[in-house]
Amino acid sequence: MILSGLLNTLSVRGAGVPFLATGDGTFWLPVRATEAAGSVDNLFYFIFWISLFFFTLLMALLAIFAVRYRRRREGEEPEPSPSHNLAVEIVWTAIPVLLVAAIFWFGFQAYVDMSTPPLNAYQIQVTGQKWKWTFTYPNGYVDELLHVPADRPVQLVMTSQDVIHSLSIPAFRIKRDLVPGRYSKAWFTAVRPGDYDIYCAEYCGTQHSAMLSTVKVLPPEEFDAWLREHSDILSGLTPVEGGERVYNVLGCKQCHTLDGAAGVGPTFRDLFGSERSFKGGGRALADENYVSNSVLDPQSQIVQGFEPVMPTFKGRIKDQEITALIAFLKSLSGHAPREEASATVGAGTP
Amino acid sequence: MSTHDAVAAPPTAGEANYLNCSHGFRSWFFTLDHKRIGVMYLASILSFFLLGGILALLIRTELLTPTRTLMSADDYNKVFTLHGAIMIFLFIIPGIPAALGNFVLPLMLGAKDVALPRLNLASYHLYLIGALIAVLSIVQGGVDAGWTFYAPYSTTTNTAVVTLTFGVFVLGFSSVFTGLNFIVTMHKMRPAGMGWFDMPLMLWALYATSIIQVLATPILGITMVLLIVERVMGIGIFDPALGGDPVLYQHFFWFYSHPAVYIMILPAMGIISEVVSVFSRKHIFGYRAIAYSSLAIAAFSFLVWGHHMFTSGQSELMNMIFSALTFSVSIPSAVKMFNWLSTMYKGSIRFDTPMIYALSFMFLFGIGGLTGLFLGSLATDVHLHDTYFVVAHFHYVMFGGTVIAFLAGLHYWWPKMFGRMYDERWGRISAIIISVGFNITFFTQFVMGSQGMPRRYYAYVDKFEPYHVISSIGSYLMAAGFFMTAWYLVKSLYRGRPAPVNPWGGGSLEWQAASPPVMHNFTDEPVGGDPYDYTNQAYDPALGGYVLRKTEVSDR
Repeated sequence: MILSGLLNTLSVRGAGVPFLATGDGTFWLPVRATEAAGSVDNLFYFIFWISLFFFTLLMALLAIFAVRYRRRREGEEPEPSPSHNLAVEIVWTAIPVLLVAAIFWFGFQAYVDMSTPPLNAYQIQVTGQKWKWTFTYPNGYVDELLHVPADRPVQLVMTSQDVIHSLSIPAFRIKRDLVPGRYSKAWFTAVRPGDYDIYCAEYCGTQHSAMLSTVKVLPPEEFDAWLREHSDILSGLTPVEGGERVYNVLGCKQCHTLDGAAGVGPTFRDLFGSERSFKGGGRALADENYVSNSVLDPQSQIVQGFEPVMPTFKGRIKDQEITALIAFLKSLSGHAPREEASATVGAGTP
Repeated sequence: MSTHDAVAAPPTAGEANYLNCSHGFRSWFFTLDHKRIGVMYLASILSFFLLGGILALLIRTELLTPTRTLMSADDYNKVFTLHGAIMIFLFIIPGIPAALGNFVLPLMLGAKDVALPRLNLASYHLYLIGALIAVLSIVQGGVDAGWTFYAPYSTTTNTAVVTLTFGVFVLGFSSVFTGLNFIVTMHKMRPAGMGWFDMPLMLWALYATSIIQVLATPILGITMVLLIVERVMGIGIFDPALGGDPVLYQHFFWFYSHPAVYIMILPAMGIISEVVSVFSRKHIFGYRAIAYSSLAIAAFSFLVWGHHMFTSGQSELMNMIFSALTFSVSIPSAVKMFNWLSTMYKGSIRFDTPMIYALSFMFLFGIGGLTGLFLGSLATDVHLHDTYFVVAHFHYVMFGGTVIAFLAGLHYWWPKMFGRMYDERWGRISAIIISVGFNITFFTQFVMGSQGMPRRYYAYVDKFEPYHVISSIGSYLMAAGFFMTAWYLVKSLYRGRPAPVNPWGGGSLEWQAASPPVMHNFTDEPVGGDPYDYTNQAYDPALGGYVLRKTEVSDR
């Protein structure tokens, strides 16, 4: 008990011997939850032991000289001794040069590994703003906590909406600034399920120290189940409410207004049931199939007066969500038959 | 008083010294005498050290508990900003060069004054104006941007950023003037018999410092002006909302502020070179190695600024280059350390207060330097950046290095400056209390930093509380040491034993001037020699100090 406590204190665990490392926190370093953190910790202890060795050596010499050569009486003069020696100067310049060269090289190698994400990394968008974190998953689900699967590479693509913030996860040994107007990236493979602190590490004003969050590392199958459950954004809503949610969350509102004014794309007011005329000729009635086709293959029919700029939502939107969106469009339109608006979502979808 | 003075200055008994040769506010405020300007600088920087220290105690007291203890988050942010800005711009940067340097540089050269006395006075007046403008920002409600003023926070916060940055701009001119003056003085006013390699190492250190002051400070001035232009006129330079680039600000800022670290530490190393040799009563070991290492540090210091930005998103290639260059600057510092230790070898070491501080410097600067290795290395820096590990590291260098060396220098030259000896016993006790308190305060911060505690946090998660409590207790101990120091130093001015000409046996020329020196420093023009040759001195128990041997004197 005492011995293990002592070993912990002296940070012997994980001191350059990764096969002994359990990933538990030591006196110096917090619990470790990613693969790459292991190489950071090994380097930390490599520098630590070198520093401790030389510091102890120098201070021991200092103490020995201070005692051995103390002035024993006032006016005492020392024996003459040399005041320069080129060979000695060269030696004690060369030794530190070699040591810091090694430290530099190990630090650079580990850093390159930490900077190079695998191509198949799972991407999560991170937005920082005074004073909260927002995490957006590939399917459009948004959360204030970061959930990640264990054993799968995850890449964070980050930006800030106001001043500079910095995402710091000590347990992952990563930190990266979020700069407004730029995207910055960080990646990791978490290996140890659990909850770990997220801090903002770049000073950002009044609530800087309250800009906290948690990263929850889940076993892969639990993560998939969690994401499926939480990204059902229609749960408990009527079709019209659900459609409005889809409109807000998936980004329709960036280009399509609800008040009749044309934006980047046509307004949604009175769209459903109206007659559309397309660039290059052709007309169609805006019915359910038209809406569905416009979402999944927007480039196939460009309404006159607009540019072909809308991206496809194929793979990003579920059939249920399209159905809800249709219900929402009907509720905004004077051309739409009223009675269908009360049907439940899901019923009647293929 | 008058009887004391008569005893205090034996070689020039009867002649007025620089302190009592004239009286009145104007005789000080418009003086061209480098010694009086040095003393005015000293009084000013110590006042700001007191103010910055009180702010530090407020920070440590607020952090005793994980949530609110004394003040609101906004007030805390202003307090740490002002603590940093005051300590850096008003205390440490002018501390050793402008206060102690001004006093000793001409004396060490055996000269009557600096080469450009009016520029020297202008430097002090600009310092005062800059300081007043900076203090005005407190009256206007304070500044909460951090002393680094990172954009776009600094360009969008509604606090008095313009006032404080303008103060910093003015202070920059003061710093450039002092540096320029020192360079000219060392080139033009070395006495007969003093070549470049006969200068005391303190002067080499001041020379290297001055080069950085003159070359780097204008960058800070321009950066502050750009920040002001952006805030006042809305011209987009750093704020992306106006089309600017916030990372550009960081490059500009650190292009000055990293070399500025060496403006702070180089003269400190100069003091240690003097003190270690004198109190070991042995010729400094490796004179040329120490002198060249000062120049090497000054040169390398311009090439490492990017290591403050390893997590900012600058390219991996740039990070690699800056990491490699950063390690290069550690070598000359290590070389100095080895030479100081070798100087003690086979010496005859006397543990007066300046030497206690010098030994303390080697201990603390050793830790400060070695922990820099963790931060220079890329992979470990990513984890440690912007945590308390960094806070601890730069306090070990800035306080454990510069401030401790400043105290060594202050105690070393105090008898020369004021003609009085302070109470040696209280000096040693305070030196030990300050060093112990410092280690308790800041060593704890290494541990909490490597555990992940971010810096500039008003509130913190509960697991960091024990570290913060220990750290705060250490800071109170340190404060007690400083109040003791202030007490015995002030007391020495009134009650202190009159100082002999050369109480420690120093070999450089300032120890041939009276204590305190006469108006024009020397009655006979001194001749340069080896400043670290102690064989021509003998201890005189009647005087309590060292005198030149009779034979040497008659040889002249």
